[in-house]
Amino acid sequence: MNADPWFQMALYLVVLLLLAWPLGRWIDGVLSGRLSRRWRWVDKTEGMFLRLAGTNANEDMPWWRYAFAIIVFNLIGVLVVYALQRLQQWLPVNPTQMGAVSPDSSFNTAVSFTTNTNWQGYGGETTMSHLTQMAGLAVQNFLSAATGIVVAIALIRGFARGRAEGLGNAWLDLVRTTLWILLPLSCVIALILASQGVPQTLAGSATIRTLQATHYQVPLKDASGHAMLDARGAPRMQEMTTTTQRIALGPVASQEAIKELGTNGGGFFNANSAHPFENPSPLTNFVEMLAIFLIPAALVFTFGRMVGDRRQGIAVLAAMTILFVALYAGGVVAQSQPNPLIAHLGVSGPSMEGIETRFGTVASMLFATITTSASCGAVNAMHDSLMPLAGGAPLFLIQLGEVVFGGVGSGLYGMLIFAVLAVFIAGLMIGRTPEYLGKKIGMYEMKMVAITILAVPLLVLAGTAIAVLAQAGRAGVLNPGAHGFSEMLYAFSSAANNNGSAFAGLSVDTPFYNVLLAIAMWFGRFLIIVPVLALAGGLARKPRLAVSAGTMPTHGPLFVILLIGAVLLVGALNYVPALALGPVVEHLMLFHGH
Amino acid sequence: MTSLLRPALVLFAMLTLVTGIVYPLAITGVAQLAFPHAANGSLIMREGKPIGSELIGQDFDAPGYFRGRPSATVPMPYNADASGGSNLGPTNPALLQDVRQRIAALRAAEPDATGPVPGDLVMASASGLDPDISPQAAHWQAASVARARGLPLAKVNALIDAHVQGPSLGLFGEPRVNVLALNLALDDVTRGVEHNPRR
Repeated sequence: MNADPWFQMALYLVVLLLLAWPLGRWIDGVLSGRLSRRWRWVDKTEGMFLRLAGTNANEDMPWWRYAFAIIVFNLIGVLVVYALQRLQQWLPVNPTQMGAVSPDSSFNTAVSFTTNTNWQGYGGETTMSHLTQMAGLAVQNFLSAATGIVVAIALIRGFARGRAEGLGNAWLDLVRTTLWILLPLSCVIALILASQGVPQTLAGSATIRTLQATHYQVPLKDASGHAMLDARGAPRMQEMTTTTQRIALGPVASQEAIKELGTNGGGFFNANSAHPFENPSPLTNFVEMLAIFLIPAALVFTFGRMVGDRRQGIAVLAAMTILFVALYAGGVVAQSQPNPLIAHLGVSGPSMEGIETRFGTVASMLFATITTSASCGAVNAMHDSLMPLAGGAPLFLIQLGEVVFGGVGSGLYGMLIFAVLAVFIAGLMIGRTPEYLGKKIGMYEMKMVAITILAVPLLVLAGTAIAVLAQAGRAGVLNPGAHGFSEMLYAFSSAANNNGSAFAGLSVDTPFYNVLLAIAMWFGRFLIIVPVLALAGGLARKPRLAVSAGTMPTHGPLFVILLIGAVLLVGALNYVPALALGPVVEHLMLFHGH
Repeated sequence: MTSLLRPALVLFAMLTLVTGIVYPLAITGVAQLAFPHAANGSLIMREGKPIGSELIGQDFDAPGYFRGRPSATVPMPYNADASGGSNLGPTNPALLQDVRQRIAALRAAEPDATGPVPGDLVMASASGLDPDISPQAAHWQAASVARARGLPLAKVNALIDAHVQGPSLGLFGEPRVNVLALNLALDDVTRGVEHNPRR
């Protein structure tokens, strides 16, 4: 290991915050309408979109109408992505002649990309036509990201407005977010990546002649496609030789850019950002890591501006950064240790299974921490092969609800929910009515907070329990023992929290996992979005109270500690027993089990 | 609800057009004009024919070639049409079995190698297409490659050093050696030896 883990982290955070600050201002300008007031053509473009849609941009939607608009818009997304996969063999832009995807896999992928999860039960280069990738999956990368951002903005408006019925116009917010935030940023990142070796072509693949022949074995199959067995019951193998390599290509850079910026994470290729074409060098790796946190970090600054007190944003950002540093430290230290079982065989260095040489331990663990802090789920290393606690740290970050910077929008609204919980707990301790940003937190608000905090752990733990109990669930497991349990726990944590990364040894392209995980993804998304909008509606109706001597300040170090405490308390109470059975017990067996 | 259906459908269609058709095609156009080599897979051409990509590893196990990372792709290693890692966990006996087999194969093929086996030569990469190995892993193989090629060891080591890529911008990532580039250079050097009677 040559790169210094602490220097790399510090460099990353400094560059991130320098970029996020101006972007936070830009997002505020776009969504508060200052941009369209300043530039006529911006206003005209927005007006054209809404006129064709037959809707009035001035309509200020109450929370329930805002929520319905979001849900209808996302349901259309599910239907279109499903249809594209089922019909792709008859549609154009399919140079490698991909056939129709199975119904359960199509359903899973449709829900997955619409909910910003981008869980992938399939391998991209062996399953999807270019049209499905571009017009189905990449579109949802944009629209699911826009959905997350507008919901966060609606919640901020709930805090910022007083005695108001409406939260803004969902259609206008979606159009503005897509056209003036996500699209320009994607163009910049896509061209940077394309210049560094990420392919951007409509060709399907290139076939090359290799320097030396490759010898390999494939199992012999009989006429009905079953593997033929020898006398001892082992599969009979056939020797094969090839001197060519077929290299899958496609419009990768354009998809890669929004995949990171929108914290989506669904790779063009099966190996995701570990694939040299998705992430050719440590430099592109740095750009991709920045792209993942850029909008989530910027939104915290936007929040500070929109509620009229930038210190509030800084406090939330401080809590996020402290949690991030702590879990990165745990992960990178764990992965820097050699695997004792392998070192014992006379092998030097830290574990390299599932790690790319150009990234090594540090860039792999930094990426793993970022992608699971956010709801991204892109991976540049195979998390399933990481050392037990190095895989456990990303898993715990997902389970904390992805509020450490978090997904685009979803990270901020998730963290604001915890902020409300923190002031509620503080209010109980000092015997005052809790108050956040000048809004009194009453019973209705706390009910909504409780739903969002409890829904996801319920989906994760119930889903994992079903998978452990069902034969169809256990059948998918690749690794034996505690690690196999971690695979199932990771799958449901990732799905219900809309992350999308995996302990990918688990075979999930089965009707059992496709359906169960799709349910977890859908409710993990909308059982948060709807109560968050309901909370926003309730808050908007309340007057904004002036700060008084009795107000607990929510911008100082004390509140930062309280907020971190609330996040860790809920996460630990929900998940410590399950984590103890997975990564923790595996760690103990590996290092102390002899 | 019905008053939301038309805007949802129309805006979905329009945003699909912008982000799903116009955006990728525009990026394709610009990338093909500005960076045609990178945008088409960074292919290496020899005598007008593609013989590999700078970014995609190939399978090497013949004597006289440097070996790359073990690849877990199926059905053959370095299948650039179906990328992926082994996903074997750190305590999985199957992983230990694989590593043991690879150590045995390496020790048999590299009788001149000394010291512990570099980890990147016995543990599979994440993509199965990793084009690089660590400089240590290259030097570890140098003696055997030199002997198979009939080249002086110092010359092979110098060739490795010339192919070490440092961290990007001196800041990011790990030093590494592109195995395909190194083996191509090795072929060129060997050909030079054959064609030059003075050496």
